[in-house]
Amino acid sequence: MRAGVIVFPGSNCDRDLAEGFKAAGADVTMIWHKETALPDGLDIIGVPGGFSFGDYLRCGAIAAQSPISKAVAEFAGKGGYVLGICNGFQILCETGLLPGVLMRNATLKFICRNQGLEVVTSSSNFTSNYKVGQSIEIPIAHHDGNYSADPELLAQLKAEDRIAFRYLDNPNGSAADIAGILSENRRVLGMMPHPERAVSGQQGCEDGLAMFKSLAEALVAA
Amino acid sequence: MKARVHVMLKNGVLDPQGEAVRHALGSLGFDGVEGVRQGKVIDLDLADGTSEATVKEMCEKLLANTVIESYQIEIS
Repeated sequence: MRAGVIVFPGSNCDRDLAEGFKAAGADVTMIWHKETALPDGLDIIGVPGGFSFGDYLRCGAIAAQSPISKAVAEFAGKGGYVLGICNGFQILCETGLLPGVLMRNATLKFICRNQGLEVVTSSSNFTSNYKVGQSIEIPIAHHDGNYSADPELLAQLKAEDRIAFRYLDNPNGSAADIAGILSENRRVLGMMPHPERAVSGQQGCEDGLAMFKSLAEALVAA
Repeated sequence: MKARVHVMLKNGVLDPQGEAVRHALGSLGFDGVEGVRQGKVIDLDLADGTSEATVKEMCEKLLANTVIESYQIEIS
């Protein structure tokens, strides 16, 4: 698996995400947001967490207009895999690669803690190493993770089995307890929790490792 | 020329920040505040002759997220 991790000014989980991919054996290239093209031969792009452009205007709005974001959209359009975590999820929603929007937490508080999640689908190359209904624990750290979508979109996400993870104890007011969703072709995943902060015992939790391993298994032949 | 863009959450979209402001006004003793909606005002200093259509494009592409926000343009 060859992974590229995008770095925006204000990204602060880019190196953690690179370590997450490496924990599953990936080669990782870091890509500065001013690049207009992606390196050849990548299997997956990671859009990391952080506070790109200081969260000015709206979380992810400015990053979505960065030169590299156009290249990421084209990559996804050709069937490439994209993983957006936290601010990365917000950016993917702003670029339109994923539907819906992440609003201010209903509690208005920044929440940083380990969070219980339910794995809702295992039929994606991000989640194939989990079992449906499995409870896992993954850290969250966000102020704007309140997933919002109209009832039609929520029904569609459910009907198409595109909800990847749900919060067990909804911390932020997200519609339908949604913590992460898949694109229509199931190759783009956006999620607020940080699996890259849960890949080794040193981090106190390893429940995120199965995601990177799922990807590595699926993309080894690609 | 100048343009002022008002960005507001659409009706029906819950505004947690507006709600917090409403509660705070209540606890200051201002009775009867039945609703608060918080938005943004963006002032643009533009080259003369910039069309309203261009400003609209700016709103659609960046200034507002039209999934949840509406916008209004005032040109002066």
